[in-house]
Amino acid sequence: MSSNLAVIPQIVVPPISWRRRATDRLMTGVAVLTVILVLLPLFAIFAYLVYKGIGSINLAFLTQTPKPVGEPGGGMANAIVGSMVILGIASLMGVPLGIGAGVFLSEYGRNRYGDAVRFVSDVMNGVPSIVIGIVAYGLVVLRQKHFSALAGGVALAIMMVPTIARTTEQMLLLVPQSIREAALGLGVSRWRTTLSITLRTATSGIITGVMLAFARVAGETAPLLFTAFGNQFWNKDINQPTAALSLQIFTYAISPFDEWHRQAWAGALVLIVLIVSAVAAVRLAVRHGKLAGA
Amino acid sequence: MSNQALPRPRFNAPEPERGTKAALKIEAKTGPLLQGKVSEVPDALFAGAMRLCGLAIVALLGLIVYQLIEGSQLSWHAFGWKFFGQSDWNPVEDQYGALPFIYGTVVSSILSLIIAVPLAVGVAVFITEMCPVRLRGILSFTTELLAAIPSVIYGLWAIFVLVPIMREYVQPFLGKTLGWTGFFTGPSYGIGMLAAGTILAIMIIPIISSISREVLVVVPQHQREAVLALGATRWEMIRMGVLRNARAGIVGAVILGLGRALGETMAVTMVIGNRPEIAKSLFAPGYTMASVLANEFSEATGDLYLSALIEIGLALFLVTIVVNALARLMVWSVTRGQPAKGMA
Repeated sequence: MSSNLAVIPQIVVPPISWRRRATDRLMTGVAVLTVILVLLPLFAIFAYLVYKGIGSINLAFLTQTPKPVGEPGGGMANAIVGSMVILGIASLMGVPLGIGAGVFLSEYGRNRYGDAVRFVSDVMNGVPSIVIGIVAYGLVVLRQKHFSALAGGVALAIMMVPTIARTTEQMLLLVPQSIREAALGLGVSRWRTTLSITLRTATSGIITGVMLAFARVAGETAPLLFTAFGNQFWNKDINQPTAALSLQIFTYAISPFDEWHRQAWAGALVLIVLIVSAVAAVRLAVRHGKLAGA
Repeated sequence: MSNQALPRPRFNAPEPERGTKAALKIEAKTGPLLQGKVSEVPDALFAGAMRLCGLAIVALLGLIVYQLIEGSQLSWHAFGWKFFGQSDWNPVEDQYGALPFIYGTVVSSILSLIIAVPLAVGVAVFITEMCPVRLRGILSFTTELLAAIPSVIYGLWAIFVLVPIMREYVQPFLGKTLGWTGFFTGPSYGIGMLAAGTILAIMIIPIISSISREVLVVVPQHQREAVLALGATRWEMIRMGVLRNARAGIVGAVILGLGRALGETMAVTMVIGNRPEIAKSLFAPGYTMASVLANEFSEATGDLYLSALIEIGLALFLVTIVVNALARLMVWSVTRGQPAKGMA
C-alpha cells in the first residue's frame, strides 16, 4: 500500500522544473528591486531636504522678510505667518462644513441623496488643485478686484471639504449603532445624540481626518498662485496679497540666484516640519484626552 | 446600517453617563413621553443644517462647473473646437490653440505611468504577498509618506537633484543606446518631458501602490490556497491566483494615478521647460495644461487670453472627472464598496 502511495504522486505531480523555480526566484528578486527603487527617491528627498535645509535655517530666516535680489540674508517670516493665516481661514470655512457634510452622510445620508453626495465628494477629491484656484479666482479675486489671503483660504477650503466629509463619515460609521440606540432609548433627542454621543465618541478619528486634510492642503501651491499671489512684505490685512511658504519656495526655486535656492531649501524644511508638527501636536492632544470625547 | 448586526450594547461604552444626564434633565422637565414633541423642532433644524452641509458639496461642484463654463465663454465663441486642434499659442496676436498643452499633459502622464506602474504594482505585490509581517507596516507607512510631501518640494528636489542626474547620466546614456528610435535625441538639457515624467512617476507611485494593495488584500485567501495546492510556485500563485483576480482593481488604481498625474501642477511646471512646442524627442522641453495655468494665469492681460486659459482649465477638469469616475467604478468593482482608505 505505502509503496503505491509513494508512486502515484510522482506521476500526478511532476517536480517543479528548474525553469519555474528560477522564474519564481527572479520575480521575487524583481519585487524586492521595485521596493528599493521606490524607497530610494524617498530617502534621497528627505536626506537632501535636511542636508540642504538645516544649513540655511537661522534666526534671520525665521524673523525677517525677503531682501531684494543680490543682498544676502533676509528670511521668510512673512511667508510663514501668511501660510498660517491662509490655512486658518481655510480651516475656519472648510472644517465645519466638512464635518457637517460627514454627519449628513453617516446619519441622514443612507439613501440615494447620500450616495449622490458621496460620489460628488469622491469626484471632487480628484479635481486638480489648479482648477480650484481658477474657481476661487472667479469667486473672490474678480469681485474684490485684487489678490488676497481670503481668496487663497477659499481655494484651500474647497479642497478640504470633500476629504473631511468622507473621513468623518467613515469615523462616524465606526461608532456602534447600539450606543446611538442607548441614548435615543433614554429619551435623548436625535440631535443631542448625534452631537454629544456619536460625534464625541468619534472625536479622535475625526480630528485625525481633519489633520490629514490639513496636511494635504498645507503644502499646496498651485491654487495660491493667483489667489493669495504672494508678497515680499508684511501684510496684516486678509484682503491684500499675502505671502505663503509654498509660493515663496516656488518663486525662489525657479530663480537663478544661489542665495534664493538656499532659502528655498530652508523654506521647504520649515514647511515639512510645520506640517508634521501640526499633525503630531493634534494627535498627541487627542491621545492625552484633552480633545477626546471618549 | 451595517452596525445593526453588531452584538448587544457594551455597557462600558464611552461616556454613557453623559447621555444619561441629558436624559434625566429632560425627564425632570417634561417626562420622557412628552420629550418627542418638545424636541421635534431642534431635531428638524439640526437635520436640516446637516443636509445643507451635504448639499453644499454638490453646490460646490456646481459652482466649479459654472465658473469654468462662464469664464471660458469668450474663448469658446472665438475659437470653438479649433481651440483644441491648433498649436499656435500667441498672446501678442490673441491667437490661442491648446494642442501643445494637451500633448504635453498626455505624454508626460503616459510616460509617468510607464515608469510608475511596474514599480508600484511590484511594491504592492511585495507588501501583500512576500513581505515578512514585521516589515509590512513600516513599508506601507514609508511609501505613503511619499504622498505627504508637498508637490512644490518634489519640484525643488527635481530641479536640483533629478535634473542634473538626467543631464549628466541618464540622457546621454539613453541617447547613445536608444537614440535610433527618435524618442531620445537632441541636446540633453536635463529639463524636459523625460524629467517631468520621472518626477510625476515618483509622485503617483504611492497612490497606485496603496490602492493596488487594498485590491490585492481583498482577493480571497482560498484562491491563493487553491493555486498553491495545484503545485504552483509562489510567483505562479501570485500571477494566476492574485493578479488575475485583482486585474480590474489594479487597472482602476492605475487610472486613479493617471488622474493625479494629469492634474499635477507644480513639480511638472518646475522641470518640464515650459515651451509650447510639440516635439517627438522626450529630451525636448514641453508644456502641460496645468503648468500653463500656473505660469500665465496671474499675468494674463486681456479678456480673451484669460478666457482661453480658463477653457484649458475646463478641459483639464472634464478629463480628470471622467478619468476619476472611471477609476472609482473599477476599484469599486473589486473591493465591492468597501471604502478604500488610500483614496480619502
